[in-house]
Amino acid sequence: MFEKLKKSFGKSETKPVESEVKYEEGQVSVKPTNKPKIGYIHVSGCTGDVMSLTENYDILSTLLSDMVDIVYGQTLVDKWIHGTYAEEMPDMDLCFIEGSVCLQDEHSLIEVQEARKHSKLVAAFGSCAMNGCFTRFSRGGQQAQPKHESFVPLSDLIKVDLAIPGCPASPEIIAKSVVALINNDMDYLQPALDIANCNLACGCDLQTNVINKALCTGCGTCALACPTKAIDMIEGRPIINTNRCIKCGSCNVHCPRTWFPLDKIKKEFNL
Amino acid sequence: MEFGNYKEVLCARATDSKIQEVSQDGGIVTALFSYALEEGIIEGAVVAGPSDEPWVPKPVIAMSKEDLIDAAGTKYTHSPNVWALKEAVRQYGLEKVGTVGTPCQIMGIRKMQVYPFSTRFVADKLKLLIGIFCMENFPFASLETFVEEKMKVNMDDVTKMDIGKGKFFAYTGEEDNKIPLKQTHGYEQASCNVCPDYVAELADVSTGSVGTPDGWSTVFTRTDDGDSIFKAAVDAGVIETKPMDENVKPGLGLLSKLSKGKKDKNKKEAERRIKMGLPIPAGFDNFYKY
Repeated sequence: MFEKLKKSFGKSETKPVESEVKYEEGQVSVKPTNKPKIGYIHVSGCTGDVMSLTENYDILSTLLSDMVDIVYGQTLVDKWIHGTYAEEMPDMDLCFIEGSVCLQDEHSLIEVQEARKHSKLVAAFGSCAMNGCFTRFSRGGQQAQPKHESFVPLSDLIKVDLAIPGCPASPEIIAKSVVALINNDMDYLQPALDIANCNLACGCDLQTNVINKALCTGCGTCALACPTKAIDMIEGRPIINTNRCIKCGSCNVHCPRTWFPLDKIKKEFNL
Repeated sequence: MEFGNYKEVLCARATDSKIQEVSQDGGIVTALFSYALEEGIIEGAVVAGPSDEPWVPKPVIAMSKEDLIDAAGTKYTHSPNVWALKEAVRQYGLEKVGTVGTPCQIMGIRKMQVYPFSTRFVADKLKLLIGIFCMENFPFASLETFVEEKMKVNMDDVTKMDIGKGKFFAYTGEEDNKIPLKQTHGYEQASCNVCPDYVAELADVSTGSVGTPDGWSTVFTRTDDGDSIFKAAVDAGVIETKPMDENVKPGLGLLSKLSKGKKDKNKKEAERRIKMGLPIPAGFDNFYKY
């Protein structure tokens, strides 16, 4: 299942994962006979992204019970290192990591480095993990750990394979990404791979990468995507209220003039 | 295919005389949204309505035929309808939303639907996207230049603006003020010069003026939903159609020429920019092809 992904990173030592494809009344259902082992690590995040995962009400129970095995994590299962059950981190096919990493917090550093060692794939889950997001504003000086001041996105510390940005990532993109992974639809996941090391963080990127490059059409998709209403459309261009912007990167990711998935749109809408 | 994929292309217009009076061309957007509202296919439509300033559009969430009629007619500058979808879904709490947009706006919406990274529960609420043909768009100050400086007409007096037959028109009722389209070149926004889409290839239904006589519109039905909603509106007598054959003047030939022309010219501009080391959106290369 993760073969293609691994190949795209130039590695090929993974075991093939078998899956059983059933065609029933025109419906295609893929039931992995060898369910992927998924981990979820919560570093300096707010749990908003995993909350968002749980808002896939219709498919959540099927996903969690039939499609994947959650083998590691604090919120979804009670298994984490130095925690109640797992003395050692288990091997994972895919590890979702939510939150950025505090450089002054030894436990976080160990956990993400261990996760890298034990995971075939690491996904930056949500904007904090991808590019730092709100934690970019951290500067220490608060009780009870005044020294906890430096927070970095995952890719500053470990190799990240794919990113699912958003603050929070929407329930739909999480569902679509997990289903794509299970179906080995690498084509769909390509943008998530491409932005794995994204360092574009805020509305300013729209100004420098889109408006300054003569690409902005004033369509307003960035303003739609902004979770804090920091973007206003004035005379056909986004204007960024930097005091509201939380540096989640959603505007830049959503802009149709940064990258445009023509084939995937045609496929999804049968155009 | 320079028109994108489509199920059917037709010559069409709204049958309602109230819509015909205010519409830019055949009144397809107004009629189709009115029909969709009445039938409960949508609960509201984000359209480019009037603002406090003449000829400056503002996205309006139309909930009735009257709202739609107020918004009818082309405004040749930006109306960030995509942005207002959020308001329609969140503040208005609409479960079924329609919107109309230029090709670039439809592109932004479609990308969001396929990759809804940070737009929770918006994508599934969009039930009808009507795309309008678009050669280029203008900053508002460009329109002021055409109307007030080049034609010496007060913006407040203009009742309709139109681009066609090689000219930019600003009607005031008494006379037809016009300038050759050549004089508008250089005033369009620069991003339009790399746009790969003339006929809103990714909408559910797309419509525009070119190809059909005055008072009529060219319509492409594209998605299954778009096709069935349009056909239902025709069956209901809200829209009348004619086959897009040799009797319809100027016909698809002109539309084809303009669409190919836009793609070719803008592909060339994209190549020129790439040579300078400037970026072009990843994925546009395929879009210029036909």
